[in-house]
Amino acid sequence: MKPPSMKFPALRIYAIIYLLFLFAPIILLPIFAFNEGKIIAFPLTGFSTRWFETLWERPSLHSAVQSSLIIAVLTSIFATIFGIFAARGGAMANFPFKGGIIGFIMLPLVLPEIILAVALLVLVTKVLGLAPNLYTIVLAHTLMCTPYATSVLNGAFANLDASLEEAAMDLGESRWGAFRLVTLPLVMPGIISAMLISFIISLDEFIVAFFLSGNVTTLPVYIYGLRRQSDQLPIIMALGTILVALSIILLVAAEILRRRGLRRAGLEDAGGFL
Amino acid sequence: MAAGGFISDDGRRALRSLLPPFVYAVFLMAIPLATVVVVSFQIRGAAASGEWLDGALPPPVAIALRVMVLLYAVTLPFAFVLVARGGNAGRISRFLLLAAPLWVAALWLSWSYLATLGFGFGNYASVFTDPINIRGAVRGGSWLPGLLPRSLFVSVAVTAATVILAYPIAYFISFRVAPENKSLWIFLITIPFWTSYLIRIFLWKVILGYSGVVNTALTGLGIIDEPLTFILYNVNAVIITLAHAYAPFAILPIYVALEKIDRSLKEAARDLGENRLHTFLRVTLPLSVPGIVAAVLIVFIPTIGDYVTPELVGGSGGLLIANRIQALFLQVNDPGLGSALSLVTMAAVGIVAGLFMLSLRRWLKRA
Amino acid sequence: MSGSPLITLRGVNKHYGDYHALRDIELEIRQGEFFSLLGPSGCGKTTLLRTIAGFEDLSSGTLMIDGKDMARVPANERPTNMVFQSYAIFPHLSVAQNVAFGLRRDSRPKAEKARAVAEALEMVGLAGYGGRAAHALSGGQRQRVALARALILQPKVLLLDEPLSALDKKMREQMQVELIRLQRNVGITFILVTHDQEEALVMSDRIAVMFEGSIGQMADPETLYRRPNSRRVADFIGKMNFLSAEVTAAGATVDLDVQGLGRGSIARDQAPNGAPAGPAVVGIRPETLTIVFDGEHTDRRTIDGVVDEVVYYGDMTYYDVRVPGVDEPLHLSMRNVIGRPVLDVGTPTRISWDERALVLLDA
Ligand SMILES: Nc1ncnc2c1ncn2[C@@H]1O[C@H](COP(=O)(O)OP(=O)(O)OP(=O)(O)O)[C@@H](O)[C@H]1O
Ligand SMILES: [Mg+2]
Repeated sequence: MKPPSMKFPALRIYAIIYLLFLFAPIILLPIFAFNEGKIIAFPLTGFSTRWFETLWERPSLHSAVQSSLIIAVLTSIFATIFGIFAARGGAMANFPFKGGIIGFIMLPLVLPEIILAVALLVLVTKVLGLAPNLYTIVLAHTLMCTPYATSVLNGAFANLDASLEEAAMDLGESRWGAFRLVTLPLVMPGIISAMLISFIISLDEFIVAFFLSGNVTTLPVYIYGLRRQSDQLPIIMALGTILVALSIILLVAAEILRRRGLRRAGLEDAGGFL
Repeated sequence: MAAGGFISDDGRRALRSLLPPFVYAVFLMAIPLATVVVVSFQIRGAAASGEWLDGALPPPVAIALRVMVLLYAVTLPFAFVLVARGGNAGRISRFLLLAAPLWVAALWLSWSYLATLGFGFGNYASVFTDPINIRGAVRGGSWLPGLLPRSLFVSVAVTAATVILAYPIAYFISFRVAPENKSLWIFLITIPFWTSYLIRIFLWKVILGYSGVVNTALTGLGIIDEPLTFILYNVNAVIITLAHAYAPFAILPIYVALEKIDRSLKEAARDLGENRLHTFLRVTLPLSVPGIVAAVLIVFIPTIGDYVTPELVGGSGGLLIANRIQALFLQVNDPGLGSALSLVTMAAVGIVAGLFMLSLRRWLKRA
Repeated sequence: MSGSPLITLRGVNKHYGDYHALRDIELEIRQGEFFSLLGPSGCGKTTLLRTIAGFEDLSSGTLMIDGKDMARVPANERPTNMVFQSYAIFPHLSVAQNVAFGLRRDSRPKAEKARAVAEALEMVGLAGYGGRAAHALSGGQRQRVALARALILQPKVLLLDEPLSALDKKMREQMQVELIRLQRNVGITFILVTHDQEEALVMSDRIAVMFEGSIGQMADPETLYRRPNSRRVADFIGKMNFLSAEVTAAGATVDLDVQGLGRGSIARDQAPNGAPAGPAVVGIRPETLTIVFDGEHTDRRTIDGVVDEVVYYGDMTYYDVRVPGVDEPLHLSMRNVIGRPVLDVGTPTRISWDERALVLLDA
């Protein structure tokens, strides 16, 4: 047999161009972030870290980061807890309407974000009579991240032999004890992975956060606020570089954990998230 | 297995486990959406006039009448259900239903009561009559379509571009990449998705701009003399940016569908003398249709809700329906009209997606 | 092997929705017994075992273990332990941690527990394996870990759900012997689920044969083999020839007229379901029929036939012999000893049989 690349090189070339298209923004980001010039364009004018340094001198940015971190941490905890419930239930026995219930839990994945934002804004302001605040964003982000956490955890739970928990109960543990001593350690990599994914999504989410932010500014809302000032663009690049680096580090960690979890359960890799 | 209504012990345990996220989703989706429906009938400015009956009747009588009218209106459907069921309650309800004219009056009264509170179809009327939303208008001598059809068009274009660009990649990963490298490739194509959404849009602005990366590179290489202007601040830029953002959503479902194809089927087709293109058209492509459908839906539905991309890279002509909804809520402060427009948009998306599925099913049956 | 009943099931039923998985099960299992549940796939063996273990609730009936009603006793408080079909070894724990899992609530000092673990591992032939990662074990080793893990708790009853079905034939036979030895040594009551009739016959003190949720026959292996009470049981355990017959008289002995064999009389205990006059079916095992080779002599009754099919099996040869007046050819098996030729298809032959080998069944 011929090596695959010989069979159809056009496809491989296309794949590489496509990857370039996908990664173009990420590759350019640090280039401009470390560029001396104020104008974001080629040719580059020289290496500088001054844009990163200015980041330190902005208290409004710091409070935005703080809000975003609080939101992202809370969201990742809640979404992962819901994800554990959903994935565990999904892996257990069937009953009527189970598919519908799971479908409803996964629905936020395809709901246009603006609709979600509108609906939640109306709920918070009209029905509950509250001003939108940090915690309304957490509510919304938890809803949006739960499907992602669920699909990450689905792999972990679906691969779990149901008789393991029964065996633990047979050996004297209560239902909760069996879950804690057997199931939890086995799905732990999935749990951490789900938390990281939810964290990243929440940290980056803009559309809903903007609707529900009220007087809180999250990091994306802050960045959005800079959109009209072209002299702020290099600062956005610097900020973006940090964010992207953080995302990639977390993502790689999540992926490594997910794979380790699979290996620990002695299973084949069935593909990535989603 | 068992007939209706049976839930085994394990099933009940599964249900119990699914309940918390389900209830949460209901609370944060169904209830808000229901509220949006209610709010969409609330007309701004037409606040409670308090004229209805109150002027003519002493207040206690007016209040009592209101309560009665509302009670009638609310219990009407239940009466119908009870009649259908028969029994004692059914008989009483039948008697009540005999007073059908009374119900009609009650409905009319309750509606007019709601109208005094500022409810009505006004928002929907303006959604359909205001040229900016759907109808479109002639402006400056040229036809400017309404925002909703434009948005649907852009979403369709984005979906088509994304899925068509994504298919070869999914095919490549599924059939050309060695099995041990597949998950690495999948990981690679998902990375850009996980990096800040706003930052990515800003970067596309930089890449596609008048003095952006593409133009400086092309002029620098002497390929063009003048910078290209058709790539930023118009619909093209929106399509490119969104095709980039939704790439993994298109690739993954198709990849999953392709992975499920039995490899020996392709070989069998090849054995039967089909050439490579025929094998693809007659075996691989039809079998990957479920993946394509999933990709289309998962790209098409969410793209309609994006208002940041049009605003940042779409220019003045690139604004879409989501921008209008956002403005209605956050700038114009007309949640009633905004809600009505959101619901009409969602319905339109649903109809387009439904038509797509329907025609696809037709086409598959014929083929 | 006798003693007081340790486990009693009375009128036990289990429904899954409309599906009736266990039907009126009546069962008594004695202390120290090796009891097997045998039956075709889907007949409810696992369900019955899981009912005893406490993983399934009863729809009706009572289950008593050691004189106590188990209705409200959850699985973790029952004096039973189970070896799962998949073994359910905890993959994140070492072998020793797996075995020690059930000792968590035990108040004994650490050193004593460690000694108990070592003993349990030694008992199943895994001495020195304690530090191994559980997910790196072979099938047979997993099975032993599962056994040690259950036995260390010294349960009153050990439940085994097809513990040997995942092993290859050689390993399976070796483990059968080891399980019997183990059971004799520890004196714990074993309830084994299997669909392998040979395994059940080899290992058990008593066997319950199940069909479609109910128990068809419950007896010791020899009775089950020699005196099955129905065609279904006879068919499921080993091979049997069935001949239509007519009961002509029943007194101290039973007089019969058997198709192809002629008139005869059998003892009362050869008719497990009684012998009402009228049409019946007679069963006869293949190995109780013997071909009378040329030059051999027999005092038994004989019939004539023609060889219809020959399957040579090394130590044995299986024949189908067509006998005038019998619809189906008779199956019979002959040990291949020196001087016995293997007959060809079409050879006229004489078969000897014995009235004592017959069993009378309902038509
Ligand atoms: N949780 C359940 N819900 C519904 N039906 C079930 C359930 N568990 C078992 N059954 C049904 O009950 C019947 C008996 O199942 P059981 O597992 O006890 O069979 P078995 O005798 O152990 O078969 P095998 O030899 O294949 O393991 C089967 O028809 C099965 O489909
Ligand atoms: Mg079974």
